[in-house]
Amino acid sequence: MTVKARIPDHIMRTSRIKKDKTQITINIVTYILVTIFCIMCILPFWMIIASSFASEDSIRRTGFTLWPTEVSTYSYELLFRSPDQMLGAYAVTIGLTLVGTLIGLFIVSMTGYALQRRDFPYRNGIMFYIYFTSLFSAGLVPFYLLIVQYLNLRDSYFAILLPLLMSPWLIVLMKNFVKAIPHEITESGKIDGAGDFRIFYSLVLPNLKPALATIGLFLALSYWNEWYYSSLFLTTKVTYRPLQYHLYNVINKVASLKNSVAGSNVVIKDLPGETLKMATAVIATGPIILLYPFVQKYFVAGLTVGAVKG
Amino acid sequence: MQKAVPQKVVNYRKPSVGRTILQNRTLILMCLPAILFFLVFSYLPMPGAYIAFTNFQYDKGIFASPFVGLKNFQFLFSSGQLGLLLKNTVLYNLAFILVGNFLQLTFAILLNEIACKGYKKTAQSLMFLPYFISDVLVSLLVYNLINYDYGFISNLVRSVGSEMPKVYQNANAWPFIIVLVHLWKSTGYGTVVYFAAITGMDSSMMEAAQIDGANAWQRICHITLPTLKPTVIILFLFAIGGILKGNFGLFYNLVGNNSMLFKTTDIIETYVYRSMMNSFNFSQSSAVGLFQSVVGFFIVLGANAFVKHLDPDYALF
Repeated sequence: MTVKARIPDHIMRTSRIKKDKTQITINIVTYILVTIFCIMCILPFWMIIASSFASEDSIRRTGFTLWPTEVSTYSYELLFRSPDQMLGAYAVTIGLTLVGTLIGLFIVSMTGYALQRRDFPYRNGIMFYIYFTSLFSAGLVPFYLLIVQYLNLRDSYFAILLPLLMSPWLIVLMKNFVKAIPHEITESGKIDGAGDFRIFYSLVLPNLKPALATIGLFLALSYWNEWYYSSLFLTTKVTYRPLQYHLYNVINKVASLKNSVAGSNVVIKDLPGETLKMATAVIATGPIILLYPFVQKYFVAGLTVGAVKG
Repeated sequence: MQKAVPQKVVNYRKPSVGRTILQNRTLILMCLPAILFFLVFSYLPMPGAYIAFTNFQYDKGIFASPFVGLKNFQFLFSSGQLGLLLKNTVLYNLAFILVGNFLQLTFAILLNEIACKGYKKTAQSLMFLPYFISDVLVSLLVYNLINYDYGFISNLVRSVGSEMPKVYQNANAWPFIIVLVHLWKSTGYGTVVYFAAITGMDSSMMEAAQIDGANAWQRICHITLPTLKPTVIILFLFAIGGILKGNFGLFYNLVGNNSMLFKTTDIIETYVYRSMMNSFNFSQSSAVGLFQSVVGFFIVLGANAFVKHLDPDYALF
């Protein structure tokens, strides 16, 4: 480190004297542009939080503001007074996320390992079989009818759990991760007489921790943010919906409720529609945002491995 | 064709299929869950695409519904519906790809010029945050900003004395809004990808240029950009390959069933979803979906062939 630093030091000193003007300009432009964009990225989140703590009346008067003109926790009180829906939504989402991520992770890593084995003669065929599904699909309608008419999964949480378990992209990503593990590990396992599954489970899997973290996070995020399959397959008969679909309903239900009572001031007054939406959003999204700083680096790792050659 | 190599010369016997399967049974079993998964959720629905050629009746099921040939497609073409959907889908995607890549590249290069590590890290984290949240929340964020009565931006516009247009009734405003929101959500993600490509670059060229007195701008133009060129071209081509695929979650959450906005916001995915879930027109919905799949398939093949021509290492297959 010291040796390495000494040589450029001399160059750096001379270059600092005639530090080029473009570098300074670029730095200034960068700091300005990037900072503005970063503010734009977090401002809407702040707006939601601020609005959720504003009183409904102040929003009626002044609209959504950067800082609540009149602080009120009424909508949170309403939500916590009847927490049934929210708790149910949390339970469903956490359950789906845990089960789905674990099963998905296991299958994806197992498949990724097998498909990366150079001595597996069917690896290209199976890879093509998997990859082809991302090139061509039958479309939404046949898929919908399969789930609803043939598998009879309407109103079942399985209709959400199963389709999100894996994707060709995740398997390719896992394959790229496995590629980085020396083939000698497999070889040594073989010499010691371990079976293929044993080699995978006891020798390869412990070395795959970064990959498991990355792919697990992609899976967990898709379960946590899930609203699409819920909107397709869960009807009103289901009492507890996944969190984001619950939020979707709150946003759209309050709007439709407001429309239906427009003109008669009575019901609107009772229901803090706007702040209720915002408070639901804060409660539904809070955990993932709080978790974000800790998991973000794994996503970056995943993108580096998978995105360019995926 | 070459004459077949005489069997005698090849000295080993190819093991029989049964033997190979037996030898690799564990590896095959390990792939089996994935094989079953794609069989059920991807391959099993494929024959169901037949629905596009029928007048589908729910109680009769797919294969007992009366066959109508290409009537569904003819209707979609002649009514101009398919044309509109294609136009919207392709134009939105072009805007996303072109503006998006430009922004991502710019931010990645700019970030790379900054020496302060803490700033770089924080900026990356903040830019990446929007990628994390669901489209449901995105729609609420947008509502919070531009809703006519209470929106933050609406108020700003009013406070400077001009009248805020009723955005949720004005179809012409939405191409801008949707492109902006998409950029907001995806720029950080793409920036991280390009940034990773830049940091993975060989730094010796950079140092040499620095010693030779190249200024920062020259280094960007003559080293960073040319080095990134293959990555950019390949990502661009694959993006073009997916040009018929729309971002359903974003569009549906922002626009929903607001038919006043459909003229400029309806893409293939939203049409397919609505005509199935709201108007129960399974046949037409399926016809649009099948059209998208088939045409999209050939576009991907084309893009891949092009990538293969440029650099076989990057081709998908």
